[in-house]
Amino acid sequence: MDSVLWSRILTAETLAFHIVWATIGVGVPIFICLAEGWGIWRKDPHFILLARRWTRGFVITVAIGVVTGTCIGLMLSLLWPKFMQLAGNVISLPLFMETFAFFFEAIFLGTYLYTWDRFQKPVYHWLTSIPIIIGSSMSAVFITTVNSFMNTPAGFKLSASGRVSHIDLIAAMLNPSTPSEVGHVLSSAYATCGFLLAAIAAWHLLKGKTHVYYKKALHLTMAISFILSLLTFVAGDLSGKFLATWQPAKLAAGEWHFDTRTNAPLVIGGILDEKNLEVKYGLEIPSALSFLATGSIDGKVTGLKEIPRSEWPPLFIHYLFDAMVGIGFYLIFISAAYLAYWLSKKEIIQSRWLLRGIVLAAPLAFLAIEFGWIYAEVGRQPWIITGLMRVDQAATTADNVGMVTLMFSLLYLLLAIVAISVLSRLFRGRPAETELHAVEGRSRT
Amino acid sequence: MNLAMVGITVLWTFLYGYLLIASIDFGAGFFSCYSMLTGKDHIINRIIDRYLSPVWEVTNVFLIFFIVGLVGFFPETAYYYGTALLIPGSVALILLTIRGSFYAFANYGARKSKFYLLLYGLTGLFIPASLSTVLTISEGGFIEKTGDRLLFRADLLFTSHYSWSVVFLALVSILYISASFLTFYADRANDLQARELLRKYALFWSGPTILASLWVFWELSRHNPEHFSRALSVGWMFVTSFFCFCIGVCLMWKRKNLGIAFIFVMFQFACAFFGYGISHLPYLLYPFITIHTALTNTTMGMALVIAFIAGLLLLIPSIGLLLWLFLFNAGYVRGKK
Repeated sequence: MDSVLWSRILTAETLAFHIVWATIGVGVPIFICLAEGWGIWRKDPHFILLARRWTRGFVITVAIGVVTGTCIGLMLSLLWPKFMQLAGNVISLPLFMETFAFFFEAIFLGTYLYTWDRFQKPVYHWLTSIPIIIGSSMSAVFITTVNSFMNTPAGFKLSASGRVSHIDLIAAMLNPSTPSEVGHVLSSAYATCGFLLAAIAAWHLLKGKTHVYYKKALHLTMAISFILSLLTFVAGDLSGKFLATWQPAKLAAGEWHFDTRTNAPLVIGGILDEKNLEVKYGLEIPSALSFLATGSIDGKVTGLKEIPRSEWPPLFIHYLFDAMVGIGFYLIFISAAYLAYWLSKKEIIQSRWLLRGIVLAAPLAFLAIEFGWIYAEVGRQPWIITGLMRVDQAATTADNVGMVTLMFSLLYLLLAIVAISVLSRLFRGRPAETELHAVEGRSRT
Repeated sequence: MNLAMVGITVLWTFLYGYLLIASIDFGAGFFSCYSMLTGKDHIINRIIDRYLSPVWEVTNVFLIFFIVGLVGFFPETAYYYGTALLIPGSVALILLTIRGSFYAFANYGARKSKFYLLLYGLTGLFIPASLSTVLTISEGGFIEKTGDRLLFRADLLFTSHYSWSVVFLALVSILYISASFLTFYADRANDLQARELLRKYALFWSGPTILASLWVFWELSRHNPEHFSRALSVGWMFVTSFFCFCIGVCLMWKRKNLGIAFIFVMFQFACAFFGYGISHLPYLLYPFITIHTALTNTTMGMALVIAFIAGLLLLIPSIGLLLWLFLFNAGYVRGKK
């Protein structure tokens, strides 16, 4: 295998590993902040304990997010030197600002972690959680603008000799795909963390624990997750419409839509006969693709045949798209079902199926994040910067990328094993009940 | 000052910041491990833990900041260094990753694991060694360019005397800086036992630090005479550095004003580091890249400088808060809160 393929594998592997922890890093601080704030406001020690316990786990996940983020940050230059040489002129600013946001977050994360009992008024401690949210979300925003730039480059001119000039930084950062991509990344990261934390509470309830602490955790996380999953739906819909205008190849490959036409049907599932480009066994919803892409059922949608075959993305991304959307609907459904159950004042413990459904939602949400990213990235193939630089022109010419890939694979494997074992030991060794006992004893006296 | 000079000054200052706080961190790892092997870990581990846990992530950012900034201001460097550094860069990354994760796991038992503590100590030595090879490579002679293809000569790097002198200097300086700082910190914490042990380490490593600096000069004069002659022209900086060193060691010896002693250590390295940096210019990578040929588009350069100033306005008060909470807060340092 050559350097290009190895570079792609290593980048994909690092990103796939990183986004699990990065998602947690972006979303969980919001829930920690809400729980602590609510606990202080309502003088409810249960919520404060909830924030504390989430924070303890969060430290481990965020550390892995940080170290793998460092890896991908440097790999951009190590594996794709020619890409950085060219694009560095245009994307340096958001990369730089991302580092600042990260810096800001790092400072206040250290402060938040080690000052739980330092301040006279608890609200001061709570205030230090706000910069963490700002820092983590803003670094997601900035880095997403870089990715958007690779999808729809804007804000510069390229001379015949390949040099960049006439740079408009605002136009580069606010390129056409920035709004929909940022919206979708943030809302899905927040929602995924909501389902992750809800699943932990639901798991404990399923295990027969009955303390009101778990129910409070479930109420908080599920109520917010419902709103967030609706937002994700809206952001996803906007992304679809964006793709139809700006990256028709990605949309058409994802939907197996070959002929340009109006009233285009949406195909769900199915098997593709790659020779004749015919879909078998797919579930076809008439005009739905037109509606998805343009907002009206007789809208015209560009088909893949209008695009040169050498610029087609791989067609398997269809399945990833379907899986992502399917999971999105499942998440809306399960959180709505929970809310309905809650509002009808039924005891949640009685519905074990609902609890199981919530536990299942967490891994599914993470899978959806992975599928969504693979769809977005592979859907841009063969370009590293759409229409400008192909992936094989950007990769390093150095040898040994295969060996480096092997080393990093082992590293990620090791990190995953250690992180999971530390996390499980952490919470098994200190069940919430012991701490609840202490907290409740203190508040009564 | 033109844009290129502003850019490189900003970056060099950040690298200096990283050199200081990372040295404290790397050295602490080594001392932690060494004291475990000699059965003295109970004396100094508490001090090390208390200082490092809240700041390790900030340390990490300094390095990322430098690299992102370098590629941002001088995109040309991404191409040359990126291609040449695949192996040493990846090794450093893997070690940094292991080390970074250690802090997260440390609170939950990893510190009790001998294996992890050993890794922690070893990475504290191997990371600076692998990072310092970048400085060596920047002196030229290890990258060959034929047409469009860059070839990194790792074999030459491994057999170069200059390369080994830089690695050696990096290692001993780290131990010296770290021990000086931790002596000061232990003194603030009123932990006399730890202070005495760390003071011994600091004095022990002061000699090799100066000898290694001389060795590096000697090797540089043979490896890159052009750079060496430029270094001589700013020779006063290195002389100042040596004076600061003497004052620092003197104070440390007398156990007086350990905070000021550490400030002199900082001055010592600032003079030497900036003296080295100034004499390195205009080359970023000899002889392929100078700061003028590699500079990014002017619009981007200006934007980076503005972003940098805005960022500093945000960061300086935040770092102030962090220092106030964890470094200059007597209660925290002594472990009361």
